[in-house]
Amino acid sequence: MEAGAALKRRDFLAASALGLLGCSRKSPPPLPPGELLGPNHTLGHKFRDGGGFPAASEVRRTPALIVGGGMAGLACGWWLQRQGYQGFQLLELEAEAGGNARAGHNAVSAYPWGAHYLPLPGPEASEIRLMLAEFGVLKGDPQALNPEYEERHLCFAPQERLHINGIWQDGLLPQFGVPAAERAQQQRFIQLMAEYKAQRLAGSLPPFATPSARGGMADPALDGISLHDWLRQQGLDAPSLHWWVNYACRDDYGTDYRQTSAWAGLHYYAGRHGVAGNADSDDVLTWPEGNAWLTRKLAASLGDRLQSQALVWRLDVTPQGILADVYLAAEQRSVRYQADKLVWAAPLGFLPHAWPSLPAQWRAAIAQLSYAPWLVANLTLDSLPDGHDQAPLSWDNVLYGSAGLGYVVANHQSLGLHDQASVFTYYRPLSEYTPAAGRQWLLKRSQPEWAQTILTELAQAHPDIARLTSRLDVWRWGHAMARPTPGLISQHLPALRQPAPRLMLAHADLSGFSLAEEAHYWGTRAARWLMEQDWKHA
Amino acid sequence: MPYALLFSIFVVAACGLAYELVAAALSSYLVGDSVTQFSTVIGVYLFAMGLGSWLSKHLQRDLVASFIRIELAVGLLGGFSAALLFYAFAWLSGPFLLLLYLLVGIIGVLVGLEIPLVMRLLEPRLAFKELVSQVLSVDYIGALAVSLLFPLWLAPKLGMVRTALLFGLLNVAVALWTLWLFRAELPARRSLWAQGGVVLVLVLAGFVGAERLSGFAENALYEDRIVLAESTPYQRIVLTRWKNDVRLFLNGNLQFSSRDEYRYHEALVHPGLSSLPWAKRVLVLGGGDGLAVREILKYPQVESITLVELDPAMPNLFKTHPALRALNGDAFSSPKVHVINTDAFRWLESQQDAYDFIVVDFPDPTNYAVGKLYTNTFYRFVERALSARGRMVVQSTSPMYARHSFWTVVQTVESVGLTTQPYHALVPSFGEWGYILASREPYTPGGKLPPGLRFVTPATLPTLFNFPPDMARVPAEVNRLNNQLLVRTFEQEWKQVLR
Repeated sequence: MEAGAALKRRDFLAASALGLLGCSRKSPPPLPPGELLGPNHTLGHKFRDGGGFPAASEVRRTPALIVGGGMAGLACGWWLQRQGYQGFQLLELEAEAGGNARAGHNAVSAYPWGAHYLPLPGPEASEIRLMLAEFGVLKGDPQALNPEYEERHLCFAPQERLHINGIWQDGLLPQFGVPAAERAQQQRFIQLMAEYKAQRLAGSLPPFATPSARGGMADPALDGISLHDWLRQQGLDAPSLHWWVNYACRDDYGTDYRQTSAWAGLHYYAGRHGVAGNADSDDVLTWPEGNAWLTRKLAASLGDRLQSQALVWRLDVTPQGILADVYLAAEQRSVRYQADKLVWAAPLGFLPHAWPSLPAQWRAAIAQLSYAPWLVANLTLDSLPDGHDQAPLSWDNVLYGSAGLGYVVANHQSLGLHDQASVFTYYRPLSEYTPAAGRQWLLKRSQPEWAQTILTELAQAHPDIARLTSRLDVWRWGHAMARPTPGLISQHLPALRQPAPRLMLAHADLSGFSLAEEAHYWGTRAARWLMEQDWKHA
Repeated sequence: MPYALLFSIFVVAACGLAYELVAAALSSYLVGDSVTQFSTVIGVYLFAMGLGSWLSKHLQRDLVASFIRIELAVGLLGGFSAALLFYAFAWLSGPFLLLLYLLVGIIGVLVGLEIPLVMRLLEPRLAFKELVSQVLSVDYIGALAVSLLFPLWLAPKLGMVRTALLFGLLNVAVALWTLWLFRAELPARRSLWAQGGVVLVLVLAGFVGAERLSGFAENALYEDRIVLAESTPYQRIVLTRWKNDVRLFLNGNLQFSSRDEYRYHEALVHPGLSSLPWAKRVLVLGGGDGLAVREILKYPQVESITLVELDPAMPNLFKTHPALRALNGDAFSSPKVHVINTDAFRWLESQQDAYDFIVVDFPDPTNYAVGKLYTNTFYRFVERALSARGRMVVQSTSPMYARHSFWTVVQTVESVGLTTQPYHALVPSFGEWGYILASREPYTPGGKLPPGLRFVTPATLPTLFNFPPDMARVPAEVNRLNNQLLVRTFEQEWKQVLR
């Protein structure tokens, strides 16, 4: 008893000491409320775990079935529609189509939950240009040498700034406080990339193009090593350059540059050939809701050919046709689709679970794919952070050396002059972990834990950010995008690009990296394949 | 005890450097020419410190009490140094430099006394070798701490006045701490406590009241008496008056002086509106002072004037303040005038009406927000709001001081398919000022001007369109939302003028 009492007294004293400490510090503002959001885990996991879906209670017939309503599937349907091909159905697992181009909105602004901009498309991305012309983004001839864009959709100035050594500098290339020798290396790298970009193979084919399938084959030597090792081979070791290059890999591929193929890394710098009559070649198109502005227009063009909350849980390819068992979540029942042909425009990682007799070669190639976990947070701010900066608040605001990728101002494209409130979209790939470990970490943390981490990180540049943020919602992408690991693109993906009888794959996974242009290309290619098949049969 | 004294050296050294930096930064901010200001201030300061060190040998008795008094004096003088310099600059423009060096000299002498005194206090407690190495190293570390803290945090966050007062507080704290440490050895400690208390209260009051102090400082920085100052969510409005001259400043930038604003506003309105004898509907974007409206109301055929101004405080002020109502001829009480308080860009995007004459009178493109109102996308909206034979006029900075900026605006207005007719007028409080008329048809001057104009007359009007070689057109690019070239060009050009 005596010992117990003493222990208690000691605990009490320790607790009151802690309490006093707590009181004596200026108490931090309470964490902003918010939700944890994400794609439909329940349905997805039920499916992956082989899940007990009810047997089909109805048979539906369609000439062509498209599975997956992300950029690839939507582009496929849009292209078919454009060409007057009516005989198709598109099935989407989520309540809203769009894939990685999801978006939300609140009283302040619409904001993206994923893909949020489109670089100016080069001449290789001819279908994207047609789409942009149809949506009024590109004016005049879509295939003009220097097309004109509607300037409300071009990213307004100022575009980018970097918080480094205590100040905000213009642009993302680290300059402020960076030694001259490092800056010389940066210039050497930029020069090298310009040479790659200008290079032409036989038949005036660029080695790197966007979409990548319209450029040269991936060089196995370049694809076989990591971008980090390639930089070392070139004698480039400046830390600021390494940060910048790694930033690009994390930003576009969700992958650390030590695990990114050098070919994929160089593609980022040398593969974009966009130009415009009224913008610089590195300008981008962007909208408050991000690329959902595009996918929503694509989805709207499909009307009732788009069926949402529909999950393909079993697939069979027979000589007579395709059989697809589809669970309709809203109706809690399954239907069987009979189709002549099928375009698989969902992530390829789902395919082995749905299709028991998946060809072995495809199964082996798909096993090589890994997916990057991502987190996107939207911070609603009552007013903008203190603005006496060297470089003013820009569209993209990056903190040098931080775990996240910085934030994008969702209402940057506002025509208003004095918007007080704002939404900052914060991006964070969990690229410092293995995908499995990152995914676990992503899913196990609570909203307050993420809010704390994110606000602490941004406070380096904005000490008052916690006070200004009234809401912080978090979207967790467990499998956001394919990772272009060394060897994947040159060794394993080519097999997946060839159609099987009655079935073609169409997804950015086929490129090894998740870009809207890649998805759009594979989608329209599949649409052409469908129509070609149809014509042959007729 | 030695450690306590060493720590106070650290603080004292930090304070000493802080006053030096505040004085140098403040004088280069107020006088300009930072190289000269920094080197002369540092030179005078170091020399004065040397003088102080030399003088220290004359202090023989009561070392501790002397040290405490010196600390209090440094705290008081150094603490208020920035505020003193601000007032001196604002009110006594001549002897500012004299006062600066005098103040720097006195603080330097006092600071120069500090270190030798502390060394003598420590002498019986430490060996000479130890004494020199420890005192000097702590001294230099204190200096390093402040030299890093000053540009990164103190100057941007606290400002000069409060930074100086903060270090003043530190000096006073050292004095009081020393007093407490040596309380047993000091016979006259009661009077020292009293002195310390008074200085502490003074400096503390200064620090707390620094907001108000800088309010006084603001008053002093404007040449004339402030008759009104108001902060709205959009800007700071300051109105000054000296005899008959009323001046309006928005965010510190002069908008007009009542001595010559008629030149600006006659030139803004009459070349365009006199050429449109049939004009009935007029739109004014910006111009919440109602002075352009006053000129427009001189045309009896105009039936309605719509004024779109973001900040409701502006028209409200110019509707109610007697002197300002006199200035704009009570323009806002005319039944023809309709005021809409909203963002002009967004309003234009959604409105469907057509106007015969549109006056675009925005602040200069000093930042990316206002810069949006000078882009081709904006002018496209304005063009859409013009009636078939309508005409717009844009105030577009000085073709003399910001020549490239002026012609960038011309190029941008032309890029939306309008024909332009640039012109300029001399407004003494601004300098040569530029305007651009734009319409779908070419402009021909020669309409009937209203009676009673003081600047624009049938004789002077044609001369406004002549651009001498020093303001003649230069090639320029279109200012777009995605490049905002004008904001950068404008900043560079005015930086060269306002040295």
